[in-house]
Amino acid sequence: MTTSCCFTLFICGGPLPPFQLQTVSLEPFFLPRTALKKSRRCVGDKNTKSVFCLPPQTFDKILIANRGEIACRVIKTCQKMGIKSVAVHSDVDASAVHVKMADEAVCVGPAPTSKSYLNMDAIMDAIRSTGAQAVHPGYGFLSENKEFAKRLAAEGVTFIGPDTHAIMAMGDKIESKLIAKAAKVNTIPGFDGVVETADDAVKIAQQIGYPVMIKASAGGGGKGMRIAWNDEETREGFRFSSQEAASSFGDDRLLIEKYIDNPRHIEIQVLADKHGNALWLNERECSIQRRNQKVVEEAPSTFLDSVTRRAMGEQAVQLAKAVQYSSAGTVEFLVDSKKNFYFLEMNTRLQVEHPITECITGLDLVEQMIRVAKGYKLLHKQEDIPINGWAIESRVYAEDPYKSFGLPSIGRLSQYQEPLNLSNVRVDSGIQEGSDISIYYDPMISKLVTYGATRAEALSKMEDALDNYVIRGVTHNIPLLREIITHPRFISGDISTNFLPEVYPDGFKGHQLEVGNRRELLASAAALYITAQLRSQKVLGNLRVSSTPVECTHWELCAELGEGLYSMEVEVDGGKVEVSGQWNLASTLLPLTINGTDRMLQCLSRDASGQIVLQYLGTSFKVRVLSKLAAELNSYMPEKVAEDTSSILRSPMPGSVVAVSVKPGDTVAEGQEICVIEAMKMQNSLTAAKQAKVKKVHCKPGETVGEGDLLVELE
Amino acid sequence: HPAFLLPDCRRYSVGHLSVKERIDMKRKAALVGGGQKRIDAQHKRGKLTARERVELLLDPESFVESDMFVEHRCSDFGMEQDRNKFPGDSVVTGRGRINGRLVYVFSQDFTVFGGSLSGAHAQKICKIMDQAMTVGAPVIGLNDSGGARIQEGVESLAGYADIFLRNVLASGVVPQISLIMGPCAGGAVYSPALTDFTFMVKDTSYLFITGPDVVKSVTNEDVTQEELGGAKTHTTVSGVAHHAFENDVDALLNMREFFNFLPLSNQDPSPIRACHDPSDRLVTSLDTIVPFETTKAYDMLDIIHAIVDERDFFEIMPSYAKNIVVGFARMNGRTVGIVGNQPKVASGCLDINSSVKGARFVRFCDAFNIPIITFVDVPGFLPGTAQEYGGIIRHGAKLLYAFAEATVPKITIITRKAYGGAYDVMSSKHLRGDVNYAWPSAEVAVMGAKGAVQIIFRGKENQAEAEAEYVEKFANPFPAAVRGFVDDIIEPATTRKKICRDLEVLASKKQVNPWKKHANIPL
Repeated sequence: MTTSCCFTLFICGGPLPPFQLQTVSLEPFFLPRTALKKSRRCVGDKNTKSVFCLPPQTFDKILIANRGEIACRVIKTCQKMGIKSVAVHSDVDASAVHVKMADEAVCVGPAPTSKSYLNMDAIMDAIRSTGAQAVHPGYGFLSENKEFAKRLAAEGVTFIGPDTHAIMAMGDKIESKLIAKAAKVNTIPGFDGVVETADDAVKIAQQIGYPVMIKASAGGGGKGMRIAWNDEETREGFRFSSQEAASSFGDDRLLIEKYIDNPRHIEIQVLADKHGNALWLNERECSIQRRNQKVVEEAPSTFLDSVTRRAMGEQAVQLAKAVQYSSAGTVEFLVDSKKNFYFLEMNTRLQVEHPITECITGLDLVEQMIRVAKGYKLLHKQEDIPINGWAIESRVYAEDPYKSFGLPSIGRLSQYQEPLNLSNVRVDSGIQEGSDISIYYDPMISKLVTYGATRAEALSKMEDALDNYVIRGVTHNIPLLREIITHPRFISGDISTNFLPEVYPDGFKGHQLEVGNRRELLASAAALYITAQLRSQKVLGNLRVSSTPVECTHWELCAELGEGLYSMEVEVDGGKVEVSGQWNLASTLLPLTINGTDRMLQCLSRDASGQIVLQYLGTSFKVRVLSKLAAELNSYMPEKVAEDTSSILRSPMPGSVVAVSVKPGDTVAEGQEICVIEAMKMQNSLTAAKQAKVKKVHCKPGETVGEGDLLVELE
Repeated sequence: HPAFLLPDCRRYSVGHLSVKERIDMKRKAALVGGGQKRIDAQHKRGKLTARERVELLLDPESFVESDMFVEHRCSDFGMEQDRNKFPGDSVVTGRGRINGRLVYVFSQDFTVFGGSLSGAHAQKICKIMDQAMTVGAPVIGLNDSGGARIQEGVESLAGYADIFLRNVLASGVVPQISLIMGPCAGGAVYSPALTDFTFMVKDTSYLFITGPDVVKSVTNEDVTQEELGGAKTHTTVSGVAHHAFENDVDALLNMREFFNFLPLSNQDPSPIRACHDPSDRLVTSLDTIVPFETTKAYDMLDIIHAIVDERDFFEIMPSYAKNIVVGFARMNGRTVGIVGNQPKVASGCLDINSSVKGARFVRFCDAFNIPIITFVDVPGFLPGTAQEYGGIIRHGAKLLYAFAEATVPKITIITRKAYGGAYDVMSSKHLRGDVNYAWPSAEVAVMGAKGAVQIIFRGKENQAEAEAEYVEKFANPFPAAVRGFVDDIIEPATTRKKICRDLEVLASKKQVNPWKKHANIPL
């Protein structure tokens, strides 16, 4: 039972059936209707005796040496191809989705990855005990481990991926560059060696072409890096860098390299067989990154024209052929603002973001990998590979986007609903309602992929999908994702790997409400409040003492949002902002029509004191709705003094303490490191907020801490 | 003389005003209590006035006040002077509605003699309590009083006793709720203690028998008001209060919400609200909630939130004896009482405090026709000298007694461990459980495998083997199911659906205990 009303801001009435999400199950593999027909053709299968299309005979049983969404993804294709699947899992993953989906499952050790998913002995035992003929490694873990590939080969088990040779060649940064150069692939032009004079430096720089980057060869990463845009700056850079090289490293060599300004990260998917054939399956634009991790990807890229695309594709294929590559792989390029592109590295595995390529080409990459591993020739010619429509992928993470664009969070998914009620939405996930996001593994919840005939269509679908995605129990990055995909710069395609720091120089702050949006939000909150109030007055059953509900068609309310205080008059059948909807107070989704616009809000929480947390335009907003009287009286309520956070250090996330740099009695300076917390592959240095003496240390190295746990107290 | 100038105005009383004028004047005076200065002081302390509280607690314009003209009768120490008389004295009383439902209210007025209790004050409270009893409606007391009206002496003490007596007589007849919104000290504390629920406001309310000064002089202890009897103390340490709220507004709004759960009296069924949450909703997340390792903890609140309507659970005593969880929720709109062992805290064992907490809650539900749903994951009673010396036998018996005595619908779900005597206690079939379910992860046994094997095979070899055998035999729901001690082994996901269906059937349950003057619970 639901009530629907028209309030005041106007909310309309009458009983409606309960709102329930319809879950439409998609095909395991998402093939847009425009997909290639050829991919389902029957080829080279001697057992095909009927007119029915059967997939070619490959393996009877495949073990998936991975977990989470990618394990599920591979199992889906196995099911489609009639192959039995074997999952491996750590003890904490015993009831994980990939374990339930697989035909068989083997526990390979305790939670830490080094003892389970990276435990080659245990995985080899699992292969032997289950009789799996091939292993799909997914990505990460053992996917690019040559030792693992070798051990499989030694036991006659097929590795679904490239040969050991290719893994080794592409695994080494220097060697891979040399091979690429030899294969006539554009590499970043540069010089590495002793430069005698400033004039020599200028000569080299001119050869390379400005801008150039100069640094000491021995210095790691971006340390001591100088950018020169002309001869004068080159001389200066030479002076500094050679001094630094000599003094800091005792190594005179300098590295002068083309500096790529505002680079884009664009990669080419390649697919090769064991018979010397290779295809390029178009590009993926992966420029939206934080801390070198991709966040939003799309295919194709808005930036590439067909000439550049072809040039990149052909070079990628040349490289694949040069290392006798077989299986699916990815060649990553940096592309500058003038569409010059330079080889970065080759990933010899299935990429996280492969679904968007599948969407626009209609190929099932896992299926192709399995076929190729069995030794089949590629089914397609280069000219068969289309770009059909546009696909966007958002990586939905369990992390807090308000802390440096995403610090891991953990918890139990108390409520979880993927937006599969929408068409052209694919969600690759390995979790379900009730799953735990633990500190042991990657905090990715899912990959949310939307597809459309045009980019605009795919983007608008992504907005809807993000609004319809219900995730409760862990902090997630949907606020950030929705802001990115609706940002004018992103929409216009003006992006680079610096997008996030450029657009949010002071960190991400959530959706900023404009006047109109604020009114919509307040009206929605008020309408929800009144719905709940009206329901409370409806007591069912035979009453011994009659009930006298307040006949009220006019409500005067007050709402607090952030620092602001807004008063509203809500009238049934009257007023300015019209809010209507099916008012189901049990539903997590709150589909509303506000002044004629359909909006999907989510009610995250609602309590007796009028606190309503609504997810609106991706961001969650706290609104406190009070009757006018309650709001007046509330002004007498004292502000509770918040904890002085400068003298205490709390863990910003769950994780383990790696190091504690202070002890009681030490004096620390502002900004000095106090301790280091490691969570999900990341080390975070926590610093003092002020100069003070250390009063008490509440943690020690090796300890596991939760979010908000007290670590160190200062005086 | 004005009376002489207005000869047609009939006057019944002394003074220069007409009756009508005097009525208006008295009413006006009653509305401002101790005067604007004291009202301002009250606000400054972060507290609302007695009338503001009533206004916020009740539906708009539903308050019907009684005894606005009552004044105290003390004539000593200058109290008889006009300036020491306040119409209505130091308490506001009457009836009103909360979401349309009838309730009687008294609200002590700290601005009049510090809310101290005079004979008249007590008489006003007793009057509305008597009315609440005759009609069958709950009483909510908003306490904010410095204590006895010392000027009145024994009359004030008599007043307390009159209230105590009514608290006792009303107990189990109509729900009684106390909300402590200021000081409440000395004899005054026993009225809240006798009511069904005591709630407090953080930082501004105190409950103690004697204040810090007396404590210092008697026991030489240095203690602050907050430490001695603040909201934190009573909700975490003593278990005197059932919940604490941030401030007056928060507390009163929460009272409205809490009131929605309660029936008006023991003559009424537990209330039903329109429900938007499908009663046949499958809760798939429950299928994975109980960890494989029997020693690993999980949060019973996760189960409760997932099963009840709209994840809406009003927890009672959330910070005290956390190894047991009790509170109100709704199933398909109908109020139910939830009791659950909390594996996250002390493995969910039963100890003195959790037994008493659970027992009192179960008895409230039984008194007011609220069905009880019990989630069991209990490794047993907590062993040790502290518990034995504290009388765990006596206190544990209270919970056992409460469950056994209860005649409301009782549904029990064993989620994991149900060991030893604690299994019997937790609303087992043997204590007239109406429907008892076990999840596949349930283990009903006398004790854990290790302990059992050490006793059965004392000093023998092959303990590990014997342990495995014990696990095989007992660490599953079958031993209980084959004997009919559980009615069914159910998929966790179907729990909500099954409970809702059972409650529909049990709505007409009739069960009577043998006649007695009253039972003799082991206090």
